[in-house]
Amino acid sequence: MTNEITKKIGSIKFSCVSPEEIRKMSKIEIITADTYDDEGYPISRGLMDPHMGVIEPGLRCKTCGCKVDECPGHFGHIELAMPVIHVGFIKDIKMMLESTCSRCGRLMLSADQVKARRESMEKMEELGGGTIDLKNFSKETAKDASKGVVCPYCGATQVKIKLDKPTTFRLDNGDKSAKVAAGANKTSASSKLTPKEVRERLERIPDEDLRTLGMDPETCRPEWMVLTALAVPPVTVRPSITLDSGDRSEDDLTHKLVDVLRINQRLGENRDAGAPQLIVEDLWELLQYHVTTYFDNQTSGIPPARHRSGRPLKTLAQRLKGKEGRFRSNLSGKRVNFSARTVISPDPLLSINDVGVPIFAARELTVPLHVNARNIEQVRKIIRRGPMMDKMEFPYKPGANYVIRADGRRIRVTERNAFEVAENIDIDYVVERQLMEGDVVLFNRQPSLHRMSMMAHRIKIMEGKTFRFNLCDCPPYNADFDGDEMNLHVLQSDEARAEARILMQVQENILSPRYGGPIIGAIHDHITGAYYLTHGDTRFDRFQTSNILFKLPVRSASQRESAIPDDRAHSQKADSRDWSVEIPEPAGTDEKGEPYWTGKQLFSIILPEDFNATFKANICRNCREGCQKENCRYDAYVKIRNGNLECGTIDVRGIGNSKGRILDRIARDYGASRAAKFINQVTRLVLGALMNHGFSTGIGDEDIPEEAANQIFTYSQECIEKVAKNVESYRDGTLEAMPGRSLRETLEVNVMGILGDARDHAGEIAEKHLGMENPAVIMAKSGARGSMLNLSQMAGCVGQQAVRGERLSRGYHGRTLPHFERDDLGAYARGFCSNSYKTGLSPTEFFFHAMGGREGLVDTAVRTSRSGYMQRRLVSALEDLKLTSDGTVRNTVGTVIQFKYGEDGIDPSRTVGGKAIDLDDLFYEVLPEDEAEMLIHPTSSKAADGDDYATREKDEMEYTDPDESEGDEDGGDDYGDDGGE
Amino acid sequence: MYVSHTMDQNESAGVMAAHSLGEPGTQMNMRTFHYAGVANVNVTQGLPRLIEIVDARRIPATPSMEIPLVAEIDGGPVDEGVARHIASEIEVTTLLDVASIQTNITNMELVIVPDARKISEKGITSEDIRDRLKKAKGVRNVEIDPVKKINIIVRSDEPSFKKLQQMYDSIKSTKIKGIDGITRAVLSKESGGWTIITEGSNLREVLKVRGVEVENVMTNSILEVADVLGIEAARNALIREAKGTLGEAGLNVDIRHIMLVADLMTNDGYVKAIGRHGISGKKSSVLARAAFEITAAHLLHAAMVGEVDHLEGVTENIIVGQPVTLGTGAVNLEYKPKKRRTEEA
Repeated sequence: MTNEITKKIGSIKFSCVSPEEIRKMSKIEIITADTYDDEGYPISRGLMDPHMGVIEPGLRCKTCGCKVDECPGHFGHIELAMPVIHVGFIKDIKMMLESTCSRCGRLMLSADQVKARRESMEKMEELGGGTIDLKNFSKETAKDASKGVVCPYCGATQVKIKLDKPTTFRLDNGDKSAKVAAGANKTSASSKLTPKEVRERLERIPDEDLRTLGMDPETCRPEWMVLTALAVPPVTVRPSITLDSGDRSEDDLTHKLVDVLRINQRLGENRDAGAPQLIVEDLWELLQYHVTTYFDNQTSGIPPARHRSGRPLKTLAQRLKGKEGRFRSNLSGKRVNFSARTVISPDPLLSINDVGVPIFAARELTVPLHVNARNIEQVRKIIRRGPMMDKMEFPYKPGANYVIRADGRRIRVTERNAFEVAENIDIDYVVERQLMEGDVVLFNRQPSLHRMSMMAHRIKIMEGKTFRFNLCDCPPYNADFDGDEMNLHVLQSDEARAEARILMQVQENILSPRYGGPIIGAIHDHITGAYYLTHGDTRFDRFQTSNILFKLPVRSASQRESAIPDDRAHSQKADSRDWSVEIPEPAGTDEKGEPYWTGKQLFSIILPEDFNATFKANICRNCREGCQKENCRYDAYVKIRNGNLECGTIDVRGIGNSKGRILDRIARDYGASRAAKFINQVTRLVLGALMNHGFSTGIGDEDIPEEAANQIFTYSQECIEKVAKNVESYRDGTLEAMPGRSLRETLEVNVMGILGDARDHAGEIAEKHLGMENPAVIMAKSGARGSMLNLSQMAGCVGQQAVRGERLSRGYHGRTLPHFERDDLGAYARGFCSNSYKTGLSPTEFFFHAMGGREGLVDTAVRTSRSGYMQRRLVSALEDLKLTSDGTVRNTVGTVIQFKYGEDGIDPSRTVGGKAIDLDDLFYEVLPEDEAEMLIHPTSSKAADGDDYATREKDEMEYTDPDESEGDEDGGDDYGDDGGE
Repeated sequence: MYVSHTMDQNESAGVMAAHSLGEPGTQMNMRTFHYAGVANVNVTQGLPRLIEIVDARRIPATPSMEIPLVAEIDGGPVDEGVARHIASEIEVTTLLDVASIQTNITNMELVIVPDARKISEKGITSEDIRDRLKKAKGVRNVEIDPVKKINIIVRSDEPSFKKLQQMYDSIKSTKIKGIDGITRAVLSKESGGWTIITEGSNLREVLKVRGVEVENVMTNSILEVADVLGIEAARNALIREAKGTLGEAGLNVDIRHIMLVADLMTNDGYVKAIGRHGISGKKSSVLARAAFEITAAHLLHAAMVGEVDHLEGVTENIIVGQPVTLGTGAVNLEYKPKKRRTEEA
C-alpha cells in the first residue's frame, strides 16, 4: 500500500454566493440559448460551451485541458438583464423587509431592545442552543420588529408588505397613511414592489442589524438573495444523452436554462430598445417564473414547467429531494463492489457460521493479498493458476483476477499472461485473489431491520448456484427459501475482517439485543426431532444409535485427551468447528441381551459436562393440581444435572429460537463459540433422530372419528341456535343492554362470545380425538410449527370470520350476500363458518373466509410501509446516541440523554430476559440443590410466568381472533417476500 | 458478574433501541382491539398506537383513562353503589341522555321530559337540569313546569320557529353533569377494588373527584400527563404505554430500549415527537437534517445563516464518506511499530 496521508474533513460551512463570486468562479458568460451547431459541436458561449467541462470522449476541456472523467467541470454564468428573486429565500426576504425600515434600512427595534436580543443570543450560543433554537429566536426578533409602524431611527412611516405567492411583493396601501407615504402618483390600492426595489431595500440593511436577525453578513448579504447573475452548473452536472437514433436529448436543467436565457435576452433587448413599461414588466415576470422553476419546479402557486411530453421537469430542488434525491439515494446510500446476490437455499450440515458460496461467485469475488517477502511464493502459485473461469467444478482452488502494481496500475490476469505476471510480482504489489474457504464475508437480507440482518459468515465453496446456510440462521434474517435472495459482501481489509469476526460473526449474535434471549436456535423440524429423540422413554439399539449419531464425527474414549482430530485442523481456532462426540456407555441391555441407549442419553452427549438446568417444556399443560415435577405425566419437567438430561422433553423451550432455555444458558455461560458448537451439534443430532423415526404430516392427520364430528356438529348447531335466540330477544326488546353499550353492540358482543366458544369447543373435541401421537399435534405442542388453533380450524370448525374485529356486515343493503334475508343477524348470515377446512367450506362460507383473508393481506401491505417509516424516524432520531466512557448516553452535541444507560448500565443482550443477573442461577450454583429450590420456588414460578407472559398472551389472542394467525404467521410473509424483492 | 453484563463503551445504544422498537413493528397488526377484561372500551392498539406514542400526538385517537377508586370514603366502604355514583360524576351526561325534548308549537316552547329512572340513576334532579340549561347558549327562559313538577319548560324570547329550532339544537347536547371530554365511564371490579375505565380523558378534572385513588389514576394521553403531572411522569407514561402496546402484541422488547426513547423524547423538559417536527428536525447537523426530510429548506437556511456542520453524527459522516463516530469508529488506534511485529487483532 502506498503511504498516502489520509485527510479528514473537519467541518463543512454553508454560505450563499454573492454575484461577484458567481462572476469570479464563472469561466464563461453564457449569452446564446443554443446548445449545438449543425455539425454537433457545442456553440461557443452557449449552454454546452466546452469551457464548462466536457462530456464527450475525445474532447478536451477548454479551461483545464483535461479529458472526460478527469475534468471536474467548471461553472459559467448568465448576466440577468433585471434582478430576480430567489424563491428559496422568499420567506426570509419578506421577514427582512418587514422588520427593517423602508427608508433607512435599520432594524426597527430600539437600541436597548437590540442589545437585549443580542445578549440572549450570545447566551444561547454559549449554552449550546442548536441552530434551530436560534432560528426560532431570530424569527421572534423579526416579528417584534415588524410590529413597529414608525422607524425609531429616521421616523419614516412603514407600509405593510404583502407577499403575493410565490414571488411578488406588494405594498399594501390599504389605509390612508400608507397612501400618503407611498406617494400621491400611485393610486392603486396596492402597488408592486419590483425585485429591483426589493434589492435596493435589502442593500440598505446594515451588517450589525443582520447579526441581530441571526444572519451572518460575511456569508450571506440579503441582497444576494435577489439574483443579478445566475450561476450555470458545469456540463458534467447536466450531461446530454445521445440516443440510438443519433438525436441528442438534453438534461432537464439545460432545458430550463435555455428558457431562462431566451427570456433574458428578450428582456434585455426590449429594455434597451425602450419598449413600453408593460411589456418589460411582463417579460420580467416571465424571467422570474423561469428562474423560480429552475430552482424548484414544485413551488406552490405556479404551474410546474413541463417537458414537451408533459412530464414536469426535474430541476435543482427535485434533484436533492426525497427518496430518489441526491441526499437519500446517493449520499446516504453508497454503492459497493465485491458483492454478490443470488437465491438462497438451506443446508443443515453447514455450521451456523458458514455460508455456502457457489464456485461461479467465488471465482468472481476477490480478496486483496498484500505481497511481502514471506508470502511471495504462495502468491505466485495462486497467480499462475490464472482466473480459471473455465474451472467451475471441484476440486476448487482459488486463482487470481487482478494484480495491482506498486504504482497503482491494474493488470488483469488472464489465462495467457498468468505465468508472466506471476514472475513479475514484487513486494508491495497487491494481488486480488479469488475467494477461498474460510474467508470472512458479510451476508445480508433486506429489509435490514436490525443489526442481525447483516452478519459475518465464513465461506464454504460449494457447487450449485445458490448461497446456502444453516436453517438456524433463518430467524435473524427473517429468511425462508421460497425464492428469497440474499447479498454477500467480501471484506477487503484486515481491520474490517477482524472487526467482522469479533463483532458480527453469527455466533456473536445468538443473543438478541432486543430481549435477553437467543434469536438463533432450532426451528421447525429440529424441534420435532428433539421431541422424538427425548420424549418419554425412547430406546435405540446399536444400529439406530449409530444412525442417529452418524452426522456427528465420533471419537473414541481414548481420543478424548488428544481432542481435535484430523482434517479440520486448519480451522481449529474456532472450536465450534469440532463437532465430534463420544458414544457413551449403553444405558442397559434389553431382554435379548442387546445393549440399548436412551434418547435422553443421546441428547446429553452434546450438553456441556457441568450443565445444570430446570424448566418446564412447551408441552407442559400447567396442571391445575400443581406440578408433579420429575413425575410429570407428560414428561414436561426438564431437569438437567451435570450435563445429563434426567427427565423431561426437549422442545422449543429447550433449544428453540427465542425461547430456548438451554441455548440461552449455554450462550451466556459458556460463550459464543460453545453455543455455536451446541447448535451445530443439535442440528445434526436431532435430524438424525428425526430421520430414524421418519416424519410426515398430511390431510389424514386431521381425520377425526365420526362420533367426534357429530359432537362438533351438534355443538355448533346448538350455538347457532343460541345466537338465533339472542337475535330474537334483541328483536322483541327483551335483551338486556350491557352498561355503556347500545342494544345492538350488546348483541354483537354476545354473539361473538357464543360463536367463539363454538369454535374453541370444536377445537377441544378435535384435540381430544387427535391424540398426542398425531404428527400435526406434535408439531403444534412442541412448538415446531403451527398452533392448536390452526389444527382446530382444520379438523374442527373454522369459526367466525371478521373484518375490523366485527362480524361481516358489508355487501348488499342490509345483508352480506343475496343468499340471505335482509337484516338476518344469524350466525351463518354474518360470516360464521361451521365447517372445517378438512370438510370444506360451503360457498357462502368460502366467500366470507375470503373477505377475512383479504383484510389480512391489506393489513400487511399497509403495515410494512407504516412501520418502515416509523423505523426510519426512530433511527434518524436515535442514531447519534452513544454510550460515552463515563456511562452516560449522549448525543453529538454532548447533551446527556441518560445518566446511566437504562438506569443500570446493563447491555440488554447480556441480560437474562431483561434482568441484569439471573439470581436463580446463582442460587443453584452456590447452595445445595434443595435449599436453592426452596429459595427460588416462589420467585421462579413467577419469573417463568413473566418470561412467557407475552407468548401466552399471544396464544390467547389467537384463540379469540381467528384471522390474525393466518395472515400474520405465514401468509403475510410469503406474499411479502415474492412481491417485495 | 454485574460488570461483565454492562454495556460496552461507545456502543451505539440509540441505533440498538431504534432497531429493537422498529423491527417488531413489522410484526404488529393494524387493528384496534377491545380492552381485555369485562369493560369493553375501545382502545387503539398495535402499530397505530406505537406510532402515536412516538409521534407524541396531543390527543390520542382513543383517549382513555383508568381510574381506581379508594377502598373507603367517609368511613364507609366503596361498594358498587358508591362506585356507580362516582362514575356518574365523571361521565358526561347530556340532556338527551336523561330526557326527551318535546316541542310544543302552540305555546312556542320546548318541554323537557326527564326519564325518572335515568335521572335518579345519575343522581340529578330537575332543578339541576334547569340550572344547567340556564347557562346554555341562547337560552334564557327556563322554568320548572308548575303542573308536572318534573318537566322543564324552555321558552324563547320571541315566538319564531327558527329561534325554537336553534334553542333545541343548543340544549340537546348540553352537559348536565360530568367531566368534559369523558364520553363514557365503565365500572369494573379488579382484585383491589373498583376501577372506572373511561373513553375520553381529562386528567386534571378527574383528579379532583372525590373517591378517586389519586396516586393510581392513569391516562393514555401522554401530553396530558406532561401538562398535569410534569415531565418525569410523562416519561414514565411513555414507557408504560410503549411497553404495554408491545406486550399486548406479544412482543418482548427490553425496557432499556424503551427507556432510552422515552428519555430522548422528554429530555428538554417537554415532550418532543420523533420525527420531522421533533428530534430529527432539531439535530445540530445540517446534512443530517437535509438527509431526513425537507431537504431544500434546511440547506437554504444553512446557507443564509452560514451554518457550520462539524460532522459529528452518523449521517453526516456517511455523506462525506468517513467512518462514523460510534462503536469501533469512535476510537483511534495508534500503532507504533516496535522492533518486532506484533499481531494486530
